[in-house]
Amino acid sequence: MKNAGIDKAIEILGKLVRFLRKIMIHIISVGPMPDHVAFIMDGNRRFARKNNLSEAAGYRIGLLALISCVKYCSELGVRYVTFYAFSIDNFKRRSDEIQPLMDLFLEYIEGLMKEGSIVSRYGIRVYFQGNLKLFSEPVRLAAENAMLATAHNSKLFLIVCLAYTSTNEIVHAVQESCEEKWGGAILLNENEKNDAESFVKVTDIDKNMYMAIAPEPDILIRTSGDTRLSNFLLWQTTCTYLYFPSSFWPEIGFRHLLWAILNFQRHHQYLTKRKKQG
Amino acid sequence: MMQSLNFPPPIYNNYYIPTPQKANHFLFRNRRDQTHRFPPLLLAAKHDLALDDDEDIGGGVAPLPEGLRREVMPRHVAVIMDGNARWARQRGFLEASAGHEAGGRSLRELVELCCEWGIRVLTVFAFSYDNWTRPKVEVVFLISLFEKMLRSELDNFMRNGIRVSTIGDSSRLPESLKKLLSDVEEKTRDNSRLHLIVAVSYSGKYDVVQACRNIAQKVKDGAVQMEDIDESLLEQELETNCAQYPCPDLLIRTSGEHRISNFLLWQLAYTELFFAEALWPDFGKAEFIEALASYQQRQRRYGGRRRS
Repeated sequence: MKNAGIDKAIEILGKLVRFLRKIMIHIISVGPMPDHVAFIMDGNRRFARKNNLSEAAGYRIGLLALISCVKYCSELGVRYVTFYAFSIDNFKRRSDEIQPLMDLFLEYIEGLMKEGSIVSRYGIRVYFQGNLKLFSEPVRLAAENAMLATAHNSKLFLIVCLAYTSTNEIVHAVQESCEEKWGGAILLNENEKNDAESFVKVTDIDKNMYMAIAPEPDILIRTSGDTRLSNFLLWQTTCTYLYFPSSFWPEIGFRHLLWAILNFQRHHQYLTKRKKQG
Repeated sequence: MMQSLNFPPPIYNNYYIPTPQKANHFLFRNRRDQTHRFPPLLLAAKHDLALDDDEDIGGGVAPLPEGLRREVMPRHVAVIMDGNARWARQRGFLEASAGHEAGGRSLRELVELCCEWGIRVLTVFAFSYDNWTRPKVEVVFLISLFEKMLRSELDNFMRNGIRVSTIGDSSRLPESLKKLLSDVEEKTRDNSRLHLIVAVSYSGKYDVVQACRNIAQKVKDGAVQMEDIDESLLEQELETNCAQYPCPDLLIRTSGEHRISNFLLWQLAYTELFFAEALWPDFGKAEFIEALASYQQRQRRYGGRRRS
């Protein structure tokens, strides 16, 4: 009996919180809203240490935080959400640290494709960008299947960067551009020298980036207070508002997103002017 | 020889043992040719050491202010000098030129401090490629201010062993400035105490694109195979390859703006960012110390695990 009472109270509280959130979203929607928000999910292990949990538990709570962020972004009307899940530099860690992460990825990716997951509820199309060849076969296959399975959704685009570094992305884009310009052409048109055509341009590199599927991020949030980019989206963040809250990733909440958006709105006019010039 | 230039702190406490010149550089000689991107974590702190005993750095190195540790000083500091126009507006000037002049004085002070404290490379974002769209009056003023400063500071550069280089698309600069820049670069080429890199008409994206273009040209000419294109090859083609340490350890942006604005794209991959609230003309010794102190507290892991 008592449990039912508590459950009811929790349900009502939950509804109240959602209602308040909706009001706040209506208020800030008066100003410009971001189209693309990127997250660097730093601090899972430190959070686990702080709360005397195992590292694996820290990562799992981090995963829940990711799902909440996707939900909040969906409510805010953000269309593209990018997460820095695993960097190529992270392969330097010991294999007993990497393996639980790989298992978690596999579990999460497979969970995405099940009925009733957030993907179907919010109409999310999932992308896994990065140098996926560096992963083991099961993870890579699961990622490719998930991308295919969600290809028909289009309300929100969730981009998870796995085995990604920005420098690797740029090099890959250069290789692709060279391949495009001269991979086939060298054999066919030895004497033809169309100089304008044969130059590599910014647009060529842009086109071949892993992140070409999304516009440039409006806001980049890195948790746990470290103010650096760690080789994430270097090319795309020239005009992005950078926000560095000091809470760890599992502690991220709606208030952080709200604060980031308010600051983004303060600088928006100047940034749109710069984007048009640049 | 360098030992004599160190000023050990006064020993009041009997138990205090002065840091034995952990500046034992002969143990870590490979740092100069090593690409600095993934230094082994063990060496990371010592790697940041500013004093090099096998280079003649010209003058002495002054004692660091309270709270800063020599072994964790950044080797390469980059600065985005933002806020001159706002500073001028706040003080009631109609034109931004007063702000830029005050900004010039700030820069002079920063260069002096970097020399004194043993920072090896200082990159400043003087003029962005995107700034060409500013009002013509302001652009002309900035160019003439730049010329004036270069001419007046040349003696100072020679005296203090400062080497000046420029990066950026010089095709849009007036002839007089281009000639002056190449003269200054030539004259200061052999100085080695501080390498001052001035980014004029620079855009980080453009830097990467021109590096890509050079590599693409090499591929076309057959000098490089497509499979050999990798990160270090691209890094060598960037304009900052003139510096001994091409990637900044610390980036300072003034006037409270939280963005990169197309400066040093590739090179900022692992740079610690510091956003100072002060406007650039108000950025002085105290603010610089604050930035350095903040940098020294950070733990740089480069994607690996923290050694606890």
